[in-house]
Amino acid sequence: MSDTILQVRDLRTVFPTRTGLFKAVDGVSFDLKRGQTLCVVGESGSGKSVTARSILQIVDRPGRIESGSILLTRADGSITDLAKLDPRGRDIRSVRGKEIAMIFQEPMSSLSPVHRIGTQIGETLRIHFGTSKHEQRERVLELLRQVEIPRPESAIDRYTFEFSGGMRQRVMIAMALACNPSVLIADEPTTALDVTTQAEILDLIRKLQKSHGMAVLFITHDMGVVAEIADDVLVMYRGKVMETGPVEQIFHAPQDEYTRRLIGSVVKLEKKAEARTARAAIPAGTKPLLDVRNLSMTFPSGLKAVDDVSLTVRPGETLGIVGESGSGKTTMGRCLLRIYDPQAGSIDYRRPDGQTIDIRTADKASLQKVRREVRMIFQDPVGSLSPRKNVGQIIAEPLKLAGMRGRELDDRVAELMLQVGLEPSWRERYPHAFSGGQRQRIGIARAIAVNPRLIVADEATSALDVSLRSQMLDLMMKLQDELGLSYVFISHDMSVIRYMCDRVAVMYRGKIVETGDTDQVINAPAHDYTRALLSAIPHPDPRNRRMHNRFRYDASRAASANG
Amino acid sequence: MTDIVSLPPETGPSLDLRGKDMAVAGQWRLFWLKFKKHKVALVSLVVIIFMYLVAALADFIAPYDPNATNSRFTYAPPQVLSLLLDGSFQPHVDQLKMTLNTESMRREFTPDPTKPLPVSFFVPAQPYRLLGFIPMQTKLFGLANPKPGDSMYVFGADRLGRDIFSRVVHGAQVSLSIGLVGVFMSLILGVTIGGISGFFGGWVDLGIQRLIELLRSIPTIPLWMGFAAAIPVGWPPLRTYFVITLIVSLIGWTSLAREVRGKFLSLRGEDFVTAARLDGMSEIGIIFHHLVPSFISHIIATLTLAIPSMILAETALSFLGIGLQPPIISWGVLLQEAQNIRAVAQAPWLLFTPAAAIVISVLALNFLGDGLRDAADPYESVS
Repeated sequence: MSDTILQVRDLRTVFPTRTGLFKAVDGVSFDLKRGQTLCVVGESGSGKSVTARSILQIVDRPGRIESGSILLTRADGSITDLAKLDPRGRDIRSVRGKEIAMIFQEPMSSLSPVHRIGTQIGETLRIHFGTSKHEQRERVLELLRQVEIPRPESAIDRYTFEFSGGMRQRVMIAMALACNPSVLIADEPTTALDVTTQAEILDLIRKLQKSHGMAVLFITHDMGVVAEIADDVLVMYRGKVMETGPVEQIFHAPQDEYTRRLIGSVVKLEKKAEARTARAAIPAGTKPLLDVRNLSMTFPSGLKAVDDVSLTVRPGETLGIVGESGSGKTTMGRCLLRIYDPQAGSIDYRRPDGQTIDIRTADKASLQKVRREVRMIFQDPVGSLSPRKNVGQIIAEPLKLAGMRGRELDDRVAELMLQVGLEPSWRERYPHAFSGGQRQRIGIARAIAVNPRLIVADEATSALDVSLRSQMLDLMMKLQDELGLSYVFISHDMSVIRYMCDRVAVMYRGKIVETGDTDQVINAPAHDYTRALLSAIPHPDPRNRRMHNRFRYDASRAASANG
Repeated sequence: MTDIVSLPPETGPSLDLRGKDMAVAGQWRLFWLKFKKHKVALVSLVVIIFMYLVAALADFIAPYDPNATNSRFTYAPPQVLSLLLDGSFQPHVDQLKMTLNTESMRREFTPDPTKPLPVSFFVPAQPYRLLGFIPMQTKLFGLANPKPGDSMYVFGADRLGRDIFSRVVHGAQVSLSIGLVGVFMSLILGVTIGGISGFFGGWVDLGIQRLIELLRSIPTIPLWMGFAAAIPVGWPPLRTYFVITLIVSLIGWTSLAREVRGKFLSLRGEDFVTAARLDGMSEIGIIFHHLVPSFISHIIATLTLAIPSMILAETALSFLGIGLQPPIISWGVLLQEAQNIRAVAQAPWLLFTPAAAIVISVLALNFLGDGLRDAADPYESVS
């Protein structure tokens, strides 16, 4: 019992809404033990964040804790029920930051941009211990060293916007550690970060947990991260706990139906799709559908987002473009449709009659023709559909512009909706009535409406929950077989690339560092960056934790070594 | 504990239906649903509709000709309209008895309860044309059988014995419409210039934005005074009226242009606009199919918020004597009468009646505008 530092029993947090009380957290119980990591996992809207916020009584208004107890064993051995404390009172404030610290998903918005980081971290010390200015600085330097921020003496006087996302998250962690808390709550701390940065932050949290003996409550939607770091797992769904147990059991012997499905959809993405393993290879001599040569694109700010990129897409093939944020993959995809105007290179697109058009220099008329054959699926299922048009109008738009009218148009829209798995009777509905996955289906229907030959899919699944991801990819592959489509599939997520792509190109800082068959790139990466990227991906199997043995890539060192 | 868990009864069974309704609810339905929640704005909307109705039907509602003078009743105080007489429903006013105070050399009026003057609805009147084209011979209410010496001044009379109530009702025509006309001009100027600025960008945008800043940096009252002073005295009242609206809308369009430009810029980056461009839609098509529907509700809200400032501008100009001039009746012109302290001390109704009309209409329009603005983007909370 002395081992348990936080005991949550039957916690209920509710939000009053127009139609009644919304139970965000509905009877959640768990124990958090000293030196252990409990991962709370669930899809968006499962109430995992609200659970964490309830512990510190920082639930957004008008939400409130309705019942339940949160028993915290304090440093002096006494036990306090946090749920009974006044959310604005002195008692809860003495707990926040001092005994239970929290780090958030978005390090930029959780740090103040107008204070130097030294002042921000020092403030916690001042509030809880009344530490003097001089001592504060010493302690802050020590903390910055602990979170492995390079050159702490100069970093302490910098502002948050001078740091990268990963460094900011380190600052947040330093701040959380300032008072030696006994519990650390981490609310999706790595979701906004790239995989390689995520790996470093997870490493750091684990290291600090060991040295400080903290209990960590780690909230995430990523089963890979869970497998890498958890001791125990709590699976949530719609505010309720579906299953709780040691990480081994959750991954290898799940009891609950929902957990089984969740693990199943994660594991499914761990290998190539069945629909693709058996497919006949594309004959080597096939003329490429799209032939990009030496493409370069520099933004007016001087940023060279695409740097001398060459790649080919063959008919019926899926080419994956993988890279971290800022690698230029989205810009490259947008150049393919001339949403941006690249300055140099060529994008030769072969039309069905064998004639090729260079999209980069095409005139307005031929560009319009090409854009009927090369289409795009967007990342954000909310922003890419006009909220003011109903689904029928959205899907009909490209058809109308292609000259289709009346009965024929209605029939085609109904056919398309069926094709992507939507009920044609929903055509009168507006996008706000659909879930993220359904909206993405609408986007796909709009893309395939005019019988395209090539689709550029820009992070088409990254805004979706993991259980929907494989469904969406399966749909895209089904359409590929039915319509003879080719895809350029842009993603930061290696697992979706592996699941559906025939070939993959790895992008790093605007350049393509490696291209090849997906199997070959994943199993035998030739470039060091690819190796680093692959080894940083959390593997959803707690028996095979490999992230701490990962390979690190240092661009400057690699460059000097190569001459 | 159990009562908290159960839902309110009326939402229980109809929940499904409601969800289905919401699913096919377009922009304007959602707009209305969100606007409805803003109770003050809803009340204000009713008030505004009522005031514009009164203005439109001024000839019918005002019991007197607003320019009819009556030397017998200079500075006559408001007469109370009582509905009951001897326990039965008989609307009436008490006749005013005038005495001359020889000490202050002023006329003093006292209501005489022994001589009730019956008031009735739909009384016959001099022939007039309602809204300028419907020939009418009745007024909404008035004295049942007026004799010389009888009066019904519900808000009192001014120094020439003109009925303040009739004058305020007629003044609403000019004061409320000057806001609308002015805003309409602002709308055209603002949307065109703001649209050009946001659409073309570059140096066009730069030039227009600097022009807006320049215009906004000029103190408004001296600018208006300068323009108003340039209006020839001999111009007919109607022409003066239009020039004045032009002058007050001179400043109004700038904020609208900025709003439109901002919306243009933010919407152009949206994925659904990019998608439309990839669908092969022309720039004009994008503007009218995607951009305009997205910001039209914002524009309506901004316009509503601009009307009160137009009304106040007209009032201020007319009060200073450089806007509209008698014989045109506007609330600002009416306030001119209340400029000298003696008139106010002796007949405070000269000040309070038009002022109340202005305050009520400006407040109501502001609340309405707030409500519209909050509802302008109904998609923030829905998704």
